Amino acid sequence: MPPLLEISELTIGYGWQPPPSVIAVRGVSLSVAAGEIVGIAGESGCGKTTLALAAAGLLDPPGRVLSGSVSYQGTDLTSLSANELRHLHLAEISMVFQASMNVLNPIMRIRDQFHDAMAAHGVHSSDGARQQAEETFDLVKIPRRFFDAYPHQLSGGMRQRAVIALAIVLRPKLLFLDEPTTALDVVVQRSILQSLDELRHQLGFGVVFITHDLSLLVEIADRIAIMYAGALVEEAPGRELHEKPCHPYTTALMSCFPPLGGPRQRLQGIPGQPPDLRNLPKGCPFALRCPEVIAGTCEAVDPPTVWLDGDHRVLCHLFGEKAADVG
Amino acid sequence: MVSTLGLPAETSEGASPELEVRGLTKNYSIGRIGRQKVVRALSEVDLSVEKGEVIGLVGESGSGKTTFARMVVFLERPTAGEILVGGRTLPRRPSAHRLREHRREVQMIFQDPYSSLDPRNSVRYSVARPLRSFGLVPRSAEREAVEELLDQVGLVPAVGFLRRYPHELSGGQRQRVGIARALAAQPSLILADEPTSMLDVSIRLTIMNLLLDLQRSRSLSLVFITHDLGAANYMSDRIAIMYAGRIQEIGPASVVMSEPKHPYTQLLHQAAPGPENERRQGAPFEAKGDPPDLTSLPPGCPFAPRCPFVQARCREALPALRQVGAAHRVRCVLYD
Repeated sequence: MPPLLEISELTIGYGWQPPPSVIAVRGVSLSVAAGEIVGIAGESGCGKTTLALAAAGLLDPPGRVLSGSVSYQGTDLTSLSANELRHLHLAEISMVFQASMNVLNPIMRIRDQFHDAMAAHGVHSSDGARQQAEETFDLVKIPRRFFDAYPHQLSGGMRQRAVIALAIVLRPKLLFLDEPTTALDVVVQRSILQSLDELRHQLGFGVVFITHDLSLLVEIADRIAIMYAGALVEEAPGRELHEKPCHPYTTALMSCFPPLGGPRQRLQGIPGQPPDLRNLPKGCPFALRCPEVIAGTCEAVDPPTVWLDGDHRVLCHLFGEKAADVG
Repeated sequence: MVSTLGLPAETSEGASPELEVRGLTKNYSIGRIGRQKVVRALSEVDLSVEKGEVIGLVGESGSGKTTFARMVVFLERPTAGEILVGGRTLPRRPSAHRLREHRREVQMIFQDPYSSLDPRNSVRYSVARPLRSFGLVPRSAEREAVEELLDQVGLVPAVGFLRRYPHELSGGQRQRVGIARALAAQPSLILADEPTSMLDVSIRLTIMNLLLDLQRSRSLSLVFITHDLGAANYMSDRIAIMYAGRIQEIGPASVVMSEPKHPYTQLLHQAAPGPENERRQGAPFEAKGDPPDLTSLPPGCPFAPRCPFVQARCREALPALRQVGAAHRVRCVLYD
């Protein structure tokens, strides 16, 4: 079965005139299957949100896809017109943004916002739109009485649930979530993630989950992709990435989270700063901060993509020899 | 017994603690006159912080952590209770002079580095201001003192930052300026209100390490406010868990982390993200219910409506903060 979403060799730049002043995403390939949660993690500015916007067909100028393709069920999204995309959005592909509690219109009742969204896709009250919306409320565990409420009458967690309900009310096949729980308390975050996990099993949609909180992804994502300076530097099944991180950047990112137990010891995190995307160094973008840098190679030659096991790949010179062995 | 007043202080080794707070309470009135409701943001909090000690204050939004910090710095006036710094009581209505003295000793680092620095002021001005207003260094040595402070918080070369404005700085750099500004007053106690929650993951750890280094080298007392148990564990000697404006559990960090007693602490443990969080396997209960409504708190334990171990007596009277181990106290009937 072909994947739901297939991103291949996607390169995205920002700039009004060619050549673009910033290359935000460079040659990224990634696929998402139905019912699967794929996590994308990385620091601010690593290109994770840009990648998701492009993959959802939401990239606006000055952002432009420079090369590569995004194929949703065989259709290349980059070739669709704005009108064609509008039919796809919400019905087939939905997105929940960071701090999306604030996307609800404060002066409209929640039910009216649902009706508007559904009517735009041809689902009207006569077709039982209200019932479908209320059923979605049940799914995300908001009491139905809040359907007639205004957004300010809901707590932060409830508003986030309402936004998720709006995103899935037309039962899309693919859901993008960009830092959906960052602004929420841990207990609320936990219960929303539990709901999300249940929903994707129940409704079978694929999820692209973007966050800088790798510890969260390791728990919920089936596969995790790590991005750095616009490149996808490692991809592996969630558990494997946690147990056997290969790229030095992944290892460093993991060490940014103080553990809940065990002896207290000093963690170093990641020294230095990500490179300036307008002026990327030659070779591996992580070379300057990398504790395992190979002098003369990493700063000069672009790292190769190395497949370690069937589903674990890493963009790093350290594994070059291993690839040669396998090959 | 409902009140927790009169419990012995944490330790009593002669010298008075750096900060001692007794029965600290804050109520806010909200709503139209005649139909006012009272928000019980903080209720009868007792806490002492020793010299050079780091206390982690952990809880959800609305648990009273920030209210606590704002009252200790006296950005807000307590409804009731006493605040002692270095053994000296802060009067309920301090004179301008006394308040200035208090603020010299007690400084705060704010959560949002994007709004806690005045965008119209240069870094040099922001950091020099405490030096000037507390008369800590002569004007002639001011620039040098600012450079030294910037150096200490890792803004190097300091000369390059003096004339910059907040919009030219990253979030992490801004937070460093906030730390330098707090240090400039040469305080003995710093309250850091979620200083890393707005920052990127990779920067959080460097800011936490910076705070730890400064705290140790200057033997500062630090109240580290966070909702992240892992961060609290990393930073703190002791951890206090807050819920609905009260301390529900307090003890040495290693004990609170390895043997959480209060059901709410256990809930926080389960909710914390992380693959190494084994507590979630066979979890006794899942996250349910809503945070408490501070305008109508139940007469008994505020956590009772969400608690899986709730008993009839939980709803009758507030449990006392009971000793359950060395310096470990819990407010729960399960340990009565």
